[in-house]
Amino acid sequence: MNDFLGIDWFFLATSLAKTLGIIFLVVLPMVSYTVYAERRISALIQDRLGPNRTGIPFTNIHMEGLGQPIADAVKFLLKEDLTPAHVNTFYFWLAPCLAMAPSLLTLSVIPFGSWLFGVPMVIANVNIGILFVFAIASLSVYGIVLAGWSSNSKYSFLGGVRSTSQMISYELSLGLSVIPLFLLLGKLNLVDIVDYQARNGWLLLPLWGEGLTLRRWLLLIPLLISFVVFTISIFAETNRLPFDLPEAETELVAGYHTEYSSMKFALFFLGEYAAMITGSSLIVTLFLGGWHLPIPWWSSGAGFHFALVDGAAPGIPGILGGLFNIATFFGKVAVLLAFFIWVRWTLPRFRYDQLMRLGWIFFFEIALVNIFLTAGILFYLP
Amino acid sequence: MAYTVPRPKLTFREKLYLPAVAAGLAITIKHLKNMLLGRTKVVMQYPEEKWDSHMPPHYRGAPTLVRDDDRERCVACQLCEFICPPRAIKITPGEIPSASKSEKVEKFPLEFDIDMIRCIYCGLCEEVCPEQAIFLRKDYAITGLSRAEMVHNKKKLYELGGTMHGLVNKWNEKK
Repeated sequence: MNDFLGIDWFFLATSLAKTLGIIFLVVLPMVSYTVYAERRISALIQDRLGPNRTGIPFTNIHMEGLGQPIADAVKFLLKEDLTPAHVNTFYFWLAPCLAMAPSLLTLSVIPFGSWLFGVPMVIANVNIGILFVFAIASLSVYGIVLAGWSSNSKYSFLGGVRSTSQMISYELSLGLSVIPLFLLLGKLNLVDIVDYQARNGWLLLPLWGEGLTLRRWLLLIPLLISFVVFTISIFAETNRLPFDLPEAETELVAGYHTEYSSMKFALFFLGEYAAMITGSSLIVTLFLGGWHLPIPWWSSGAGFHFALVDGAAPGIPGILGGLFNIATFFGKVAVLLAFFIWVRWTLPRFRYDQLMRLGWIFFFEIALVNIFLTAGILFYLP
Repeated sequence: MAYTVPRPKLTFREKLYLPAVAAGLAITIKHLKNMLLGRTKVVMQYPEEKWDSHMPPHYRGAPTLVRDDDRERCVACQLCEFICPPRAIKITPGEIPSASKSEKVEKFPLEFDIDMIRCIYCGLCEEVCPEQAIFLRKDYAITGLSRAEMVHNKKKLYELGGTMHGLVNKWNEKK
């Protein structure tokens, strides 16, 4: 049965289960609750309380406003879906889909866990991993550009134009900043990168495995630079403050989604937050050890060491380990999302020329020099 | 001639920008921490917490009528009706029946309506009343489902006002 019609049905079924599970059980709820977290954290930072009322309907149970995302979703679904008369209808409808799809698509190559029931916890284990991510992530600019252009409104158009230039500028430093990683690892496959980090220490925390050599500690300098440049570029890619020029409420009404309402607007909104989750998962996967969490352990044989939670182990420990690894991954992502929110409510927006200067004069050069620095270290300490 | 605004000369540390970012992040996280620890004073959570116990003694809430032990104080002189800036008060005076002890002394209000949609809580009625019959109490949440419900009639006004003994030196507490 496994080979019926020459198709690996087990692979197909597990892939489908993983896809549906990750999108509907993890990412979409996570998106909704990131919006909730954004509102609560921003409120707390500004000495307010935020939405703390919405709980179970028709009762007095507030649950600290945890029902808010559900109420928001219902509101978005029930609102009138307005298509203005002056827009280019086809592209106007296409744009929200293009804004949402790439961020969900990129998740397919990210290993969100080790193994569970003998199945690797990555939807597509492809060798080009990170290249695939960059290729798809750069498509998300089309959603914004088409929205800005088809809306036939000056604010939307300005938002779209700004977004194009911003994303193109920062994609450059985004791509260049990860090259030191590949000089070190020689692989593009994200699963292999996480496996390497699990065995040899995270790239930013080389504390175990062969991580204790001078070479690894010297390499920490370019990797740290890579990490900073990559993180800042992810901020720019996801249009988050301080790089939220495409939206810029104070200048452009709402930027590229000015003319959108109801579920089409919600798709832009979801797309933005899904992109945040994808970006955070990328940072976690590349620099912060992915699903791996070192457990300090002491045994009489090996002395003090960091134990590896193995999802591939047989029986119950394997299942628990696999679940633990998945939880670790999304825990790390959640921490990074909180950091995203924290930064948003701290920094003011960059001016347009400052943004371009930062992208082209600083980050591009830093990333470029960083590659040579890494190559030098790798050449003299092979 | 065009005037160029002199730009401030930045130090290297300021140009680096990242120390300023870190300082900003420290400030916002401090606010977050203080909120979580309950050190920041926040707004009152209205339906659960109310102003009632925090009300100052001079608070001007809904105007009400006050009665003495044996008779109502209002003598239907209509001064409050005339002074009321939004014309919220409507009084219908009537003669006191002959059986009563205070017959031929004063009149009394047959009807006394205050339209709480019109009332601006200015307190002029309280100020002008020669009989100390009308007082502004601390009720502030006057609600109703119809316009008719928002008109306080005599019965409602006495209900809110209650009974008061003796005279109150409203304007000079030392007397």
